[in-house]
Amino acid sequence: MISAHLPALQVVVPLIAAPLCVILRRGTWTWALALLVSWASLAISVVLLGQVLDDGPLSYAFGGWEPPWGIEYRVDVLNAYVLLIVSVVGAVVLPFARRSVLEEIPESQHSLFYASFLLCLTGLLGVTITGDAFNLFVFLEISSLSSYVLISLGRDRRALHAAFQYLILGTIGATFIVIGIGMLYMATGTLNMADLAARLPFVDESRTVLVSFAFITVGATLKLALFPLHFWLPNAYAYAPSAVTAFLAATATKVGVYILLRFFFTVYSFDFPLKAITLQGMLMPLSVIAVLVASTVAIFERNVKRMLAYSSVAQIGYMILGLSFMSVTGVTAGILHIFNHALMKGGMFLALGCIVLRLGSVELDQLRGVGRRMPLTMFAFVLGGFGLIGIPLTSGFVSKWYLILGAVEGDHWLIAVAMLFSSLLALIYVWRVVEVAYLQAPPEGAKAEEAPLSMLIPTWVLIGANVYFGIETSLSVGVAQTAAELLLDVGLGTSP
Amino acid sequence: MTAETKIILSLLLPSLGALLISLCGRRPNLRETVTIITAALLFGNVLLLLPEVANGARPVVNLSLVQIFPDVPIKLEVEPLGMMFAVIASGLWIVNSLYSIGYMRGNQEQNQTRFYVCFAIALASTMGVAFAGNMLTLFIFYEALTLSTYPLVTHKGTEDAKAGGRVYLGILLSTSIGLLLLGVLATWNIAGTLDFVPGGILEGKASEAVVGLLLFLYMFGIGKAALMPIHRWLPSAMVAPTPVSALLHAVAVVKAGVFTVLKVTVYIFGVDFLGQTGLSDWVAYIAAATILLASLVAMTKDNLKARLAYSTVSQLSYVVLGAMLASTLGVIGGGMHIAMHAVGKITLFFCAGAIYVATHKTEISEMTGIGRSMPITMFAFFLGSLSIIGLPPFGGSWSKWYLALGAAETGQILLVAVLMISSLLNVAYLMPIVARAFFLPPPEGDGTAAVGIREAPMFCVVPLSITALGCLALFFYADAVYDFLTLLVTPQG
Repeated sequence: MISAHLPALQVVVPLIAAPLCVILRRGTWTWALALLVSWASLAISVVLLGQVLDDGPLSYAFGGWEPPWGIEYRVDVLNAYVLLIVSVVGAVVLPFARRSVLEEIPESQHSLFYASFLLCLTGLLGVTITGDAFNLFVFLEISSLSSYVLISLGRDRRALHAAFQYLILGTIGATFIVIGIGMLYMATGTLNMADLAARLPFVDESRTVLVSFAFITVGATLKLALFPLHFWLPNAYAYAPSAVTAFLAATATKVGVYILLRFFFTVYSFDFPLKAITLQGMLMPLSVIAVLVASTVAIFERNVKRMLAYSSVAQIGYMILGLSFMSVTGVTAGILHIFNHALMKGGMFLALGCIVLRLGSVELDQLRGVGRRMPLTMFAFVLGGFGLIGIPLTSGFVSKWYLILGAVEGDHWLIAVAMLFSSLLALIYVWRVVEVAYLQAPPEGAKAEEAPLSMLIPTWVLIGANVYFGIETSLSVGVAQTAAELLLDVGLGTSP
Repeated sequence: MTAETKIILSLLLPSLGALLISLCGRRPNLRETVTIITAALLFGNVLLLLPEVANGARPVVNLSLVQIFPDVPIKLEVEPLGMMFAVIASGLWIVNSLYSIGYMRGNQEQNQTRFYVCFAIALASTMGVAFAGNMLTLFIFYEALTLSTYPLVTHKGTEDAKAGGRVYLGILLSTSIGLLLLGVLATWNIAGTLDFVPGGILEGKASEAVVGLLLFLYMFGIGKAALMPIHRWLPSAMVAPTPVSALLHAVAVVKAGVFTVLKVTVYIFGVDFLGQTGLSDWVAYIAAATILLASLVAMTKDNLKARLAYSTVSQLSYVVLGAMLASTLGVIGGGMHIAMHAVGKITLFFCAGAIYVATHKTEISEMTGIGRSMPITMFAFFLGSLSIIGLPPFGGSWSKWYLALGAAETGQILLVAVLMISSLLNVAYLMPIVARAFFLPPPEGDGTAAVGIREAPMFCVVPLSITALGCLALFFYADAVYDFLTLLVTPQG
C-alpha cells in the first residue's frame, strides 16, 4: 500500500537522503544518491499528478491525526503541478551538476553541497504539498536556509555577500509570513488551510485578519522577488554555482508564487475585502513596473547571468500580472508561466553553466564567437531566448498569448500594449548576446570545444521541453486551466 | 497523391532539403545539386496542386499533431491567392538557386552551406505563409520567415551587416509582436475564430471604432508590407548577398507581407464590409503617400540596390492600395501585382548582382557605359524596368491597369492620379540607369571599353535572361492570372 503514502514520501525521501549524503562523504556516491532521490521524487510527483487529475484532491493525514488537528498534506491540481515542476527541474539539474560542481566547488564540500541541495528540494516540495499553514513556514525555512548555503558555495567571493544579503531579506520575508500565520491562528484557532478557508469568512472584517493578509502578502512577494522587493535576487543568481542558479531560478521563486496563489485564492475567501484592492491596485501596477524596469535593466547588464536574473524579475512580473486579472484566463496565464518559465530559464542557466565550464566566465565580452565554438550550447541559449521574447512555437509564446488574452478580456488595453512592448525589451537583451556570440570573431587562439554530454543533455531536455510545450500544450495549458478554474471556484463558486 | 499530401509535401520538401544541404556541406557541387533538385521538386509539387484549386477547390489540412491552443487549430488551406504566391515563390526559387551558384562562387562568399540551409528554411516558411489556413498559422510562419532570413541578412558578418540585421529584426519583430499579435488576439476575442472566411469574420461583431483600431494594428503590424514609416528594414536588408535581396527581399518576404495584407482584407475584414465602413480610406492614402515618397527617395539613391529597395517599397504599396480600395478589382489588381512585380524586380536584382560579380561596382554613377561590356545583363535590366514602369508588352502593365481601374471605379480620382504620377517617377529613376549604361561612353582609363564583352558567369546571366523573358510572357498570360484570381472573390465558382 505504498501508493497511499506517496504524499508523505514525496517529502520524506529527500529529507532522509540529505543526512545520508553527509554520512557517505564521497562526492560521487553522494551525487549518485542525490540523483536517485531526485528521480524518485519526479516519479512520485508524476504519479501524484495523475492521481489528482483522475480522482480529484488527495488528503493525507500525517501520523493518522485527522485534519484539522494534525498536519494534513493536501494535493490538488495546482500543487501537484508545482510539485511536478520542482521535481522535474531537480531531476534534470542533478545529472548536470556532476561536472559543473567538480569544476566549481572544492572536492571536500561536495557531500555538503548535495546534502543542501536535497534539503532545498525537500523544503520546496514541502511548502508546495502541505495543507498546513505553519508547516508551510517550516518548510519555507528549510528551503531558504539550505539555499543560503548553496549560494555561498559559489566560487566568486562575492557569493558570500550575495548569500548574506539573501539571508537577511529572506528571513525578513519568512518572518512576515509567520507573523501573518500567527495572526490567522489568533483569529481562527486553526492552522489547516482548508479549515482556515472555511472559518475566515466569519471573521473577515477583523483587523487582525486584515493585518495578517498584509503581512503574508508582503512576505510572499519578498520571497518571490516582486519589484521592488527583488534586490536580493540578481546577486544571488549571479554568484551562485551554475547548477544552483539553474535550480533556484526555475523553482524557488515559483514556489513563492505558489504561496501567494494559495493564500490569495484558497485561504482567504473570494470576496475577502482587501483582495481585489491588493491585486488590482497594488500587485497589478507593481508587476507591470517589474516587467518594464527589470527588462530595461537587463538590457544594460554586462554579465549574462545577472542579465538573466533581471529577466527573471521581469518574468515573475508576468506571473503576478496574470493573477492580478482575477479571471480564469489570467490565472491560467500566471500558472502556465510558472511552468514555462521554469523550462526556458532553467535551460538557459544550464547553457550558461556549460559556457562557464569552458570559458570560466559569462561576461558579455568573453562570449565573442562562442556560437562557433559551442554551437549546441549557444543554440540552446538562443531557443530559450526565443521563449523569453515570446516567439511562436516556444512555450513563451503560449504564456504570452494567454496573458495578453487575459488583459484584452479584462479591457486592460494599456497593459496588453505594455506587455508586448516588454517582449521587444526581451528581444534587445537576448539579441545583444546573439550578436556577440555569432557575429563577432572568437578571440585568437580560442579552442572550439563543446560542453560534455552530461551537461548538454540536461540543457537540451529543458530547452527541448520549452519547444515541445510551445507546440503541444494540452498538458501544460490543460492542467493550468483546471487549476485556475479550481482556485476561482473554491472562492465561493463565482468568478467576476 | 491527394491534395492533402501535396500540401504537406510543399512544407516538408524544403525542410528536408535544408537538412540534406547541411549534411552535404563539405561537397559544394552535391550541395547545390540538392538545392536545385529540392527547388524543382517543390515547384512541381506546387504545380500539381494548381488544377484542383483552379477548379474552385480549397483543400484543407489540419495539423492535429501540433495543438498550441485548444480552440485554434494549426491548419493549412490552399486558396487562389496563396496558390499563386506559392507558384511564384517556388518557381523563382529554381531560377534563384542557379543564380546563387554563380553569385556566391563568383564572389567567393563564406559560409555558403549556412546560406543555402537558411534559404531552404525561408522557402519552407514562405510556403507556410502561402498555405496558412488561419491567422495563427499565418502568424507562426510569418515569424519563422523573419527569423530564418536574419542569418541571410547578416551573412557577411561585418559591422554594416550587423547594423542592418538589427534594423531588420528590430522592425519586423517589433511590428509583428507589438501590433500584429495584438490585432490577432483582439480578433480572436471579438470574433471567436481566426479562420479565413470569404466575406470576413468581423462584420456585425465589432463597432466601427474597434474595426478601425484593428485595421491599424494589422496594416502597421504587417511590417513586411513596408508601409511608410515602417519601411526602413527593407533598405537595411540590402546588406545581404544579392540572391537574398532578389528572391527574399523582392519576392518571398515582402510579398508575404502584402499577401498577408490581401488575406486579411479579403478573409478577416471582408471586402464588402471594409468598403461599407470606409475605414480603409486613410490606409489607402498612406499607401499612396508611400508610393510617391519612396519613388522620390529612390531617385536620390546612387547605390543601385538601395534604389531598387526603395522602388520595392513603393511597388509594395500598390498592392496595399489595391487591397484598401476595398473593391473586387482592387483586390485582383493587387494580387496580380504580386506576380508581376515579383518577376520584374527579381530581374533587376539579378542584374545588379551580375554587375557586382563582373565588375564589383555598386554605385550607379560608376556604371557609365557598362552596357557595352555587359549587353545581355543591361538589356534584361531594360526589360525588367519597362515591366516595373508598367508599359506594354510587359506583365506590369496589366496589374497597374486593373489597379487604376479599381481606383477609378470607387471614384478615387486622386488615387488614379497617384498611380499615373508614380509610373512617371518609375521612368525617372529606372531609365537613366539604362541610358547611362548604353548611351554614354565608358570613362577614360577604366579599361572596360578595351576588354569588350565581359559578362558575369553563365549561372548569373541565364537566370536573369529567363526572368526578363518572363516579364514579357506574363503580358500574354495575364488573363489566365486574372481568371484565376477571380476565384478569390467568387468562391467555389
